[in-house]
Amino acid sequence: MSDPSFQEALERLEAIVRELERTDVDLDRALALFEDGVRQLQVARGLLAKGDAQVKKVLQQADGTLATDDLDV
Amino acid sequence: MGGLTLFDAAVAPSDGALSVWQVTQRARQLVEAGFPRVWVRGEVTGFKAYRSGHWYFTLRDRRAQVRCVMWRSDNERVPAPLDEGLDVFAEAQPTVWEERGEFRLTVRQVIPTSVGGAWQLRLEQAKAALARDGLLDPARKRPLPRFPQRIAVVTSLDGAALRDIVAVARRRWPAIELLVVPARVQGDTAEAELCVALGIVNRLDADLVIVGRGGGSREDLWAFNSERVARAVAAVRAPTVSAVGHETDVALTDLVADVRAPTPSAAAEAAIPDRAALAALVHGLARRLAAGLTGRVELGAQRLDRTGDRLSAVLGTRVERARARVDAAEAALQALSPLRVLARGYAVARDPGGRVLRGVAQFPPGHPFRLTVADGDVPARVEDRT
Repeated sequence: MSDPSFQEALERLEAIVRELERTDVDLDRALALFEDGVRQLQVARGLLAKGDAQVKKVLQQADGTLATDDLDV
Repeated sequence: MGGLTLFDAAVAPSDGALSVWQVTQRARQLVEAGFPRVWVRGEVTGFKAYRSGHWYFTLRDRRAQVRCVMWRSDNERVPAPLDEGLDVFAEAQPTVWEERGEFRLTVRQVIPTSVGGAWQLRLEQAKAALARDGLLDPARKRPLPRFPQRIAVVTSLDGAALRDIVAVARRRWPAIELLVVPARVQGDTAEAELCVALGIVNRLDADLVIVGRGGGSREDLWAFNSERVARAVAAVRAPTVSAVGHETDVALTDLVADVRAPTPSAAAEAAIPDRAALAALVHGLARRLAAGLTGRVELGAQRLDRTGDRLSAVLGTRVERARARVDAAEAALQALSPLRVLARGYAVARDPGGRVLRGVAQFPPGHPFRLTVADGDVPARVEDRT
């Protein structure tokens, strides 16, 4: 869960676009925003293209700890 | 200290005796204050529905009887008038009717004891207990996270519910982790197993929890009407979706969860974002990002046109630096097809030898050069800049 989440990427991207669409943005700032926006797009697209959902089952062991195991459904 | 201590002097008659009205009123206050709403079981007799819409009847058992009234506003929810001899559970407020000095029950709801009536009674009692603790308060409902990454599912491992939820997850948003915490969803152990599983959920750091099962008979679904299970759902830290597969009735867990879904598939659809819709959203943002930048660069170019020589030298280099960064960004964009739109409207200037022209200094007045645009080359010449 340490990867940037889709939510973070999307919210950042939305903020970037909103700022970039204002006409009073300095050109340097506009380029920096654009470049950051491209990075966020790559994150978002990467997560959208990600493969199969992982399904695991969680079981409580005799000692109270939790163990996970892959589950075929 | 003698005389009347129960009533203040203003209402006490001068001869020291209470009026009949006063004593019955006092009796009513004592009964209502000391006797909270109760469930009473008894047999209906002497039922009469008045024109006003109010119902009057007597509840009795082998040893006693009590007069009852059920106001129209309450009996409207009862599907049919009560038959003579019907055995019912009645939720009632004991009171005293002053005009007749009569002990009476004001009945709020009745449930026949046959056809699952005992279960219905337990459900109503559990609902009232949850309401008292504020667990049914609409203000408690939390929104679901927009993009959950880890979803806990509490259901049976071999039920259709799990297969349905997994199928929806795979179709809508594959970048998701489903953690299934198994619990039997019917039978004697279901209540306890569901409570344990919901407790485990709180140790999983899940963004969202779905608890439910597929459709079944009223008896099959009963664990989801257990007060203990409902309280365990309310105690889950992450937002909860309850999905007990029946369209008509509402289970107790439905009332306590943040969101109620009619089926497990519907729960998964409510919880998991749709990839196709998100791809469209991202695509739209990519277009706005590209348009935002080109708009800004054009604005910069217009300003440059309007500016004097002194400034133009400074801005010129800045614009060129900007162009170089745009070029680099464009290279990064090759994989991001919607952004290729950026390429439109851009041109590369080259001298007759094919060398790319990057600076104002490379455009002496009268100098010929070629502009490469999307579909070919255009011959061009620098105008006299004075």
